[in-house]
Amino acid sequence: MKTKVAIIGSGNIGTDLMIKILRTSNILEVGALVGIDPSSDGLARANKMGVSTTAEGIDGLVKMPGFNEIKILFDATSAGAHAYHDKVSREHGKTMIDMTPAAIGPYVVPVVNLDKLLDAPNINMVTCGGQATIPMVDAVKKVAHVHYAEIVASIASKSAGPGTRANIDEFTETTSRGIEAVGGAQLGKAIIVLNPADPPVMMRNTVYALSEDTETELIRKSVEEQVAKVQEYVPGYRLKQEVQFERIGDNTPIHIPGHGDFSGIKTSIFLEVEGAAHYLPNYAGNLDIMTSAALKTAERLVELRKDA
Amino acid sequence: MDKDSKRKLYIQDTTLRDGMHAIRHGYSLDQVRTISKALDKAGVSAIEVTHGDGLCGTSFNYGFGTHTDLEWISAAAEVVENAKLTVLLLPGIGTIEDLKAAYDAGARSVRVATHCTEADISKQHIEWAREAGMDVACLLMLAHMNEPKPFAEQAKLMESYGAHCIYVTDSAGALLVDGVVDRFKAMHDILDPKTQTGMHAHNNLGLGIAFNIAAIEQGASRIDGSLAGMGGGAGNAPLEVFVAVADRMGLNHGCDVFGLMDAAEDLVRPLQDRPVRVDRETLSIGYAGVYSSFLRHAENASKLYGIDTRDILVELGRRKMVGGQEDMIVDVALDLAKATQDSQRGAL
Repeated sequence: MKTKVAIIGSGNIGTDLMIKILRTSNILEVGALVGIDPSSDGLARANKMGVSTTAEGIDGLVKMPGFNEIKILFDATSAGAHAYHDKVSREHGKTMIDMTPAAIGPYVVPVVNLDKLLDAPNINMVTCGGQATIPMVDAVKKVAHVHYAEIVASIASKSAGPGTRANIDEFTETTSRGIEAVGGAQLGKAIIVLNPADPPVMMRNTVYALSEDTETELIRKSVEEQVAKVQEYVPGYRLKQEVQFERIGDNTPIHIPGHGDFSGIKTSIFLEVEGAAHYLPNYAGNLDIMTSAALKTAERLVELRKDA
Repeated sequence: MDKDSKRKLYIQDTTLRDGMHAIRHGYSLDQVRTISKALDKAGVSAIEVTHGDGLCGTSFNYGFGTHTDLEWISAAAEVVENAKLTVLLLPGIGTIEDLKAAYDAGARSVRVATHCTEADISKQHIEWAREAGMDVACLLMLAHMNEPKPFAEQAKLMESYGAHCIYVTDSAGALLVDGVVDRFKAMHDILDPKTQTGMHAHNNLGLGIAFNIAAIEQGASRIDGSLAGMGGGAGNAPLEVFVAVADRMGLNHGCDVFGLMDAAEDLVRPLQDRPVRVDRETLSIGYAGVYSSFLRHAENASKLYGIDTRDILVELGRRKMVGGQEDMIVDVALDLAKATQDSQRGAL
């Protein structure tokens, strides 16, 4: 029997996750899609696909007849709204998988730390940019200590809904912290850019890691192995260019103001994420990587609980 | 224009912010003090001091600064007596936390900049700044990439969040004079008359001063410029030149022309390790319509990968890359290098 879940938020991310579960999951079943706007496209889509809906937010969900059977809640709203959703979720003993950058619970990036944190009542999925880039920081860190890692995520304007737009600071802050806490960089920095080009541009991520000196071949191999692991749940995730290296000598170190001088190797990783086009077209890799990571996390959670 | 030629213009200097791009964010604290002091003495209304890409811009992607923003801002705050101290913030790079720290270091005016179609990512920053009592101007960047009417609608959004002033920001130096005029007309059609408008020019097509004059004729009250044009690409409208022109036109600008000329010549031009001028590369930026601060990064990539700078810039323009996507410069260079290799292989 499939485990029932509910998705809070009927915007781009919530709707994409709903369609993804319906089409691909043998483990999960969508018990409800929860919105606050009765005229939203996401709720209309759910009704068409036979998924129960409410337009009265999480309070409406609690009142729904099937609420007791729902084990896992996904939050696809915004950081500001998440605190209340978390409170209600805990009161009813549900597990919350948080896709907003609220970061109340520990960060999970499936290829890096999935099994370590799954007993927490609230799990945070960092950000779309974090899901795309933290695996790469981790790949470099497996080979050499990372002094500093920086990521630039570019997404198509059309794929950034009002929640993302109102939470730009939360994106950069949460991603930076995730680069440190999960990626293992001593210092993390994140930048996001919205590009309105038409036709829309594919999600791009660039990762710069400044690590201690080592064989560049070891870094290249570690990065390529990690890309293959991410591809297992995000098929459109790929290296756009060969991994680039630059040796930073002790005589010409990189000066990071406020932090000091660093030498070693600068690794530049150019990624592209093509979405599965479950809701928005394939340029929206940012939706796909977030919802794929959340789905993978929930499925693993169910498996582990069955074993236990 | 005669009826309001005595209207006092707000002269916003950008030497210590856009000018950062020209020297790869390399000002020393002493240089910041000396230049700020000269600008203050010469009577500019406001002095912008931040990494070229705004608060927290220091990075691999945009270049690490010699100092933190707070060190630079504090240095300027030590010497500035009259001018308003301004910082730049690009949502997606800097955050409200960074702005709070800048405020504590002495900044009292902020310019919140977004791409010209993405105004709605600036709401939280504008609202915080207004709450803190700061002067708030908003820059709609790469203004040539949005038509006048939708451009004005983006300005209207920023006005609704609390902006005191909206700028036509020609980040690529790619507009023509008519394009400037039409954007101001469209803004003045729908903005509250109390909301000010401003012009931020780049000189890539040699039109920087002309844009400032056209903007004033359309009712703009804030004008950007930098000493010796110090800025991304072919630089901003050179401040000393603009003020000399404004003087001859009888405009009320409140600045000392000779003081600015001296500062440009004695303090700023000697720092330009790459001349700030219209040349093949900077002209290509205006012609291709790409972000002016791509210049030095594209020149680096050109050296590293053996691809002509102009080819890189034109391809970036073709791909419609926007401000902040400096990482795509190396991406494009790698693609072009690969295409060159493939075509050579094909010829054998």
